Amino acid sequence: MSVSAAASNGVPALVQPSLVDQVGAVARRSVTRTFRQRGLLVFPLVFPLLLFAINGSALGAARKINGFPDVSYRDFALAIPFIQGALFVAVSAGTDLARDIESGFFNRLALTPLRGSALLAGQLGGAVVVACVQSLVYLAVGIASGVGIASGFGGALVLLALSILIAFGFAGLGALLALRFGSGEAVQGFFPLLFVTIFLSSSNLPRNLIKADWFREVATYNPVSYLIEGVRSLIITGWDGEALALGFGFALLLCVITLSLAGASMKNRLVRT
Amino acid sequence: MTRRFYSVARGVAWRSVHNTFANPAIILPSIIFPLFFLAAFAGGLSSISDVPNFDYKPGYTAFQFAFVLLQSSAFGGVFTGFAVARDFDSGFARRLLLCAPQRSGIIAGYAAGALVRWFVTGAIVTVAALLAGMSVEGDGVELVGLFGLGVLVNIVAALWACGVAMFLRTEQAGALIQMPVFIVLFLAPVFVPLRLLSGWIHAVARYNPATVALEAARGLIAGSPVKLALAFALLLGGAAIMSLWARRGLASAERAG
Repeated sequence: MSVSAAASNGVPALVQPSLVDQVGAVARRSVTRTFRQRGLLVFPLVFPLLLFAINGSALGAARKINGFPDVSYRDFALAIPFIQGALFVAVSAGTDLARDIESGFFNRLALTPLRGSALLAGQLGGAVVVACVQSLVYLAVGIASGVGIASGFGGALVLLALSILIAFGFAGLGALLALRFGSGEAVQGFFPLLFVTIFLSSSNLPRNLIKADWFREVATYNPVSYLIEGVRSLIITGWDGEALALGFGFALLLCVITLSLAGASMKNRLVRT
Repeated sequence: MTRRFYSVARGVAWRSVHNTFANPAIILPSIIFPLFFLAAFAGGLSSISDVPNFDYKPGYTAFQFAFVLLQSSAFGGVFTGFAVARDFDSGFARRLLLCAPQRSGIIAGYAAGALVRWFVTGAIVTVAALLAGMSVEGDGVELVGLFGLGVLVNIVAALWACGVAMFLRTEQAGALIQMPVFIVLFLAPVFVPLRLLSGWIHAVARYNPATVALEAARGLIAGSPVKLALAFALLLGGAAIMSLWARRGLASAERAG
């Protein structure tokens, strides 16, 4: 029944909420749900910091390799928690979405006039909030542990923006997996595969210092290397236009690809009957 | 030990092994993870061997293989803990407790299942390292000693994981099962020998029992054993303590009904 027809029949008029209201409602639910599951918040925060603390010290000897940047290994390693945190965001966003599909909540939403794009954007809202909190904590812990940000205060803000963009891209990937497979177990099953992409990148050493040719080649073709190098450049180099362009470029590409594929999958999931 | 104990242990072990190998989602991560660690550490960090005073003769691949082998054995045990937790979540473990005439056989069965799981993973990791050109300077007896260390690490980790899983009886115990194992392993000299570590990590690694096992394993691969007796003694002691822990976990599960 159209709004005008309903009004002329004396039935209270149905007002379709704006897209912003729809996104806001779904996002509010997503954020609330995320903060209610404190266990899911703590692990993604603590685990990357733990690895940072251990590897930052255990790999300190890498500084003695000829050609290693003239910074402490902790400075060099601080970029890694931002990317690891983004992977955790991907898994938690995907798992939450998959749970909605498994529990039938999605099917009930399909009965409402909610738009698919609003649902997707809103669902990722919780992920973005987690990403913001994570990035702030990683940066604060890094600075507290003596890491200097070579690009200064402005660089720190850009670093936060880049890390949130990366997390958003990975959250889109989590959503895509959830929409494709419809199972939280499947989303979590992809986690090791995603985690490996960090190991097979320039996360632990600069690419020019990787001795094994095959590994250097893999790291060069691995986009995660450029995400890490973008974040890292702000910490140890200062303002490096090329590293930032590649970092933001790949982060944007990740967002565009994952969100458009997730949007297409959403249409199939939200079949309105 | 009675026939009833062996009967329960055999049944639980068979089920554990069957479930592991019949389900790719369970077995693949425990195989793939160590392989990627080996690739990432031995391949990606091989420049570390250029650090002054790094003098491990068999090379960086063998240096990392020792760690990855022990890590795979520890995680073979940890993954079995996940299976125990899953059995409690699904209600199977409670039925098992009802029908097992000798309940300590349940722990032995899960531990045996973990060991079989690790034999497969350890063999694959070893073949991968050899294919990657790892040099082994230890003789046959020393290599048996190396895998003996792996067996003990696996038993200690499996008993720890069984204990936690039986105390908590939920799959959500996963993080609590694996995090301590992960931390203990990574607080050992993973990337460089102990003497090249500095700061707090050196102080911690020096008193970490995993360091002794890791140094012993590296010594065996290099053909010059070090701290071997201490490593075996620590691991046997760890297994004794963890069997008590697992037994208490089982008692807690029995009380919960």
